[in-house]
Amino acid sequence: MIGLALIVRRELKLAFRGGTDAVIAVVFFVLAAVLFPFGVGTDPQMLPRIGGGIIWVVALLAAMLSLERMFASDHEDGSLDLLYLSPVPLGTLALGKALAHWLTTGILLLIAAPVLALLYNLPGTAIGALAASMLLGTPVLSLVGGIGAALTLGARRGGVLLALLILPLYIPVLIFGAGAIDGAVAGRPIGPQLMVLGGFLLAALALAPWATAAALRQAIE
Amino acid sequence: MFHRFANPARFSRIASAVLPWSAAITVILFAAGIWFALFASPADYQQGQTVRIMYVHVPSAWMAMACYTFIAVMSVIALVWKHPLADIAAKAAAPLGAAFTIIVLVTGSLWGKPTWGTWWVWDARLTSVLVLFFLYLGHIALTHAFDNPQRGARAAAVLALVGFVNIPIIKFSVDWWNTLHQPASLTRLDTPAIDSSMLTPLLLMAFAFMLYFVTMLLVRMRADLNAARTRALRLSAAERATAS
Repeated sequence: MIGLALIVRRELKLAFRGGTDAVIAVVFFVLAAVLFPFGVGTDPQMLPRIGGGIIWVVALLAAMLSLERMFASDHEDGSLDLLYLSPVPLGTLALGKALAHWLTTGILLLIAAPVLALLYNLPGTAIGALAASMLLGTPVLSLVGGIGAALTLGARRGGVLLALLILPLYIPVLIFGAGAIDGAVAGRPIGPQLMVLGGFLLAALALAPWATAAALRQAIE
Repeated sequence: MFHRFANPARFSRIASAVLPWSAAITVILFAAGIWFALFASPADYQQGQTVRIMYVHVPSAWMAMACYTFIAVMSVIALVWKHPLADIAAKAAAPLGAAFTIIVLVTGSLWGKPTWGTWWVWDARLTSVLVLFFLYLGHIALTHAFDNPQRGARAAAVLALVGFVNIPIIKFSVDWWNTLHQPASLTRLDTPAIDSSMLTPLLLMAFAFMLYFVTMLLVRMRADLNAARTRALRLSAAERATAS
């Protein structure tokens, strides 16, 4: 538990001092979502219908942007080896990294999303559904993304490969996240979708750090 | 028993002994299966002649899932016991599985156009098989992404185990969701909901696909082992050349 807090603190310090990765991810998120109305037209009837899905798709891509660096910089300068040798278990390291990734990326996406919802003319209930679904869904993106980041450590063309590995695994989150917003726009209850997202989060919390640790072990040895 | 096959030379010997037989049986089964599927079975009362697409579609769907399961089992063996042949088996099986998955998607869409009136619907069964295809592609790409082949094989093994969650989703998608794709008519506890005149070609084709998989797997594994041996011989030859 202390190890986890130390790792999260270290990552946050590094992010605040040097990194612009997180800011870039949010700028990309807003910019990409703003592009869509130019492409599909600005019909105020249509935008709320497609808005939830678009915001979620762009959120997946934005969360993926900063994933590649999750372990790569530590791998390059050797601190990953030191962390591996430290008494903190690898699973804790993986959980801490994912938590820090969520705190630096997921939360910013969560704050930016309601603004985008206004641009897409989403009704008030749908904005609530968007916030709730992203609160439950974005940590899953960080946790599952950690597996991909660990697997592609040291690979040629790691970034493209990471997208190929991780995007198929993000599809369930996308389906239920966008489904909750669609339900809210259409006036249906959104409880079931949020519960499934919560289930994904619990499963990812239990299993993803373990898989990430297995992948890290292959990368270090 | 299990470690007896860890010796590549012994494996190659066994594979060479099995290969002619499995290849011959594959050809015979395909000949019989295609004969029954195209000529000796009736057209469906609803689907007409298009039902014959099923004799390719269903076996390749089974093989697409079975092949992924095979890769997952090999990955466990590779990660837990560090069995050298398990890595090679998983690496050899992945492109075969991807090919089976492409066949399922293409034949399904060819069957869907006249029957459902559309090439593609976004229902749970079709979508989860599409995800399976992407998982195969990711597995193949990850295997070849590293300078050290060992590292690629181990990373791909972890990915195969993570992606295995998709297999039960494919299997039960037709029961869990209300899909356009029909539920299973063969693999259920009571008697199969399919007439024996159609069951014969289906099972013949299923065994043909299975034997084809075994044959190609052995060919690919043997080729991979030979490539590794060639590389090792070249390296030692180069070393001797520089030493003298």
